[in-house]
Amino acid sequence: MGLFMFKQHASAVYANRDFIFASIRREFELKYRNSLLGALWTVLNPLAMIVIYTLVFSKIMQARLPGLEGTYAYSIYLCAGILFWGVFSEIALRAQGVFLEQAHLLKKINFPRLCLPAIVVGSGLINFLIIFALFLGVLVLVDALPGMKLLALIPVLGITVWFAIALGVVLGILNVFFRDVGHFFGVVLQFWFWLTPIIYPASILPERAQALLFFNPLAHCVQAAQAVIVNHSWPSWSALLGVALLSLLLSLLAVRLYLQHGADMQDEL
Amino acid sequence: MRVVALERVGKAFRSYPSRWARLREWLDPRALDCHEKTWVLRDVSFALEAGEALGLVGMNGAGKSTLLKIITGITQPSEGSLQLAGRLSALLELGMGFHPDFTGRQNAFNAGQLIGIPLARLEALMPEIERFAEIGEYFDQPVRVYSSGMQMRLAFSVATAERPDLLIVDEALSVGDAYFQHKSFDRIRQFKAAGTALILVSHDRFAIQSICDRAILLSEGTVKRDGDPESVLDYYNATLSGVDQIEQQTDGERTRTTSGDGGARVTEVRISTEKDDDADTVETGAPVVLALKVSVERDLDELVCGYAIRNRLGQDMYGVNTFHTDQLTGPVAKGTEWLFEFSFSMNLGEGEYSVATALAGGETHLEGNYEWRDLAKVFSVVNTRQRVFSGCVWMEPTVAVGRLS
Repeated sequence: MGLFMFKQHASAVYANRDFIFASIRREFELKYRNSLLGALWTVLNPLAMIVIYTLVFSKIMQARLPGLEGTYAYSIYLCAGILFWGVFSEIALRAQGVFLEQAHLLKKINFPRLCLPAIVVGSGLINFLIIFALFLGVLVLVDALPGMKLLALIPVLGITVWFAIALGVVLGILNVFFRDVGHFFGVVLQFWFWLTPIIYPASILPERAQALLFFNPLAHCVQAAQAVIVNHSWPSWSALLGVALLSLLLSLLAVRLYLQHGADMQDEL
Repeated sequence: MRVVALERVGKAFRSYPSRWARLREWLDPRALDCHEKTWVLRDVSFALEAGEALGLVGMNGAGKSTLLKIITGITQPSEGSLQLAGRLSALLELGMGFHPDFTGRQNAFNAGQLIGIPLARLEALMPEIERFAEIGEYFDQPVRVYSSGMQMRLAFSVATAERPDLLIVDEALSVGDAYFQHKSFDRIRQFKAAGTALILVSHDRFAIQSICDRAILLSEGTVKRDGDPESVLDYYNATLSGVDQIEQQTDGERTRTTSGDGGARVTEVRISTEKDDDADTVETGAPVVLALKVSVERDLDELVCGYAIRNRLGQDMYGVNTFHTDQLTGPVAKGTEWLFEFSFSMNLGEGEYSVATALAGGETHLEGNYEWRDLAKVFSVVNTRQRVFSGCVWMEPTVAVGRLS
């Protein structure tokens, strides 16, 4: 029964794909409408982050990256982590707030609400792809392409996005009823960033802390990306499978929450 | 074909005694009811057939908007059932969620897709949407520079780009200028003739009476009256004065509404012509005297007597009272009888008219309403002596015809 209802919702999302694509386009237009540099800002923000971390940490970290030589090794390591962290945090954060953000629409027009997370995923993916394409360009320039193993990034990206949107929707629904969730998640993300081996390699952690990393699903995603991009090796599929399972559980929770409380959402906006 | 059917629909908002109560309710399966329900709508049932137009009236907070939101599916009813057949288009509040930074055209695409028109179809409809909205170059300018009237024009054009099976129009139309109101009502009438059911929310008596076959008065979340627009609106008008004593008597097909606190009563309404002392039929242009006999039931500071002549649709043709004619009575004593005579020429076209009478303590029946009587007298106007003309008002011209070249 529940699943059948969800199938209805899901097919409504498919039926509205035109609207979703148009909304993603509009979102981009809107973001850069009155800016002179336009889409460049999509790149400039993460670039600034990478430059800062490179400047601050490269000297400290360089020696600690095991088995890696080369001027750019740390920067590439950083980029791999930040790119995948970025797509996760953008999608999760936006999904977590999307129902509140679009309250004005939800209160006026009856349309499939599940379109909103779909739009979040779409625009998050496009942002990622823009930066990632540039990043690949840089890798070509410094002759550090991982070759065929790059294809492994597709499932890594897929699982990262899945985890992000599943978590984001769960939080998004909760956030409508308990606004604390939004504030809380912002704080959690700050910690989460530093608890994930993005600007430091996991190997610098004490062994007990390294063991705890196992419980950080995002560490598996980021480490998978780093394995491919930095070490040119295959990621740990078993670790990714664990994240996929967790994402599945979160998705089921999201569906359950949506079916139980989706109808009341409008009244709380 | 039945387009929409509501069966004992109710809506309650939950209120929790504390912020933690909701959390407890979610987490603890035993604590099922930590909330209190505030009912804003209860036990609302009605159905609409294709081509039927319903006017929805009621004071602010009566539950009209909530009811419309339930019908449009924006919010779910807490109890009861709703059945809907066919496509629905709704114009609730202003703007259909327009984004101020996008142009009218972009917003039209966005809104059109939101209400479920496929992109390809929307592209085909766009020229017509632009043509109907008649906002010229503004169509390609950001909505933030629009006036509220222009936003409404755009919203209406999009919402009615395709004929829906059920059209819901909230107050929105009242923002438009007279020209666009006419135009949109024409379109609504065409839709109605083609089988669209309509729900119209308005405080405008004319709008409801000219287009609706039926009206529902919502009060405190329940259906207070459901019937022909004239009697429902009369009743609504009477409730506005805040008086509880409202009587409605039905004779034949029309319902008389009387309201007021009974401080004074009209005991007799007569229209006398040269030939007839109590006429039911009056010639166009004939001099008449409308005589109202009033008995005072308690001591009053002031007694203002007024009347309005209305056409079949209940629209006022003319109305005045003794406050406006500067003929105040001053204090009147209990038990006295008064006669108010209004002499005028019946400059009306052929048709059936009614007289509504009002006895009040001041300028309007909202300040001290002694008695308000709709359909106090019904009479016909015939035209056997004057030239043939059309319309409600006799405004005889002198005609000059000349050849120019």
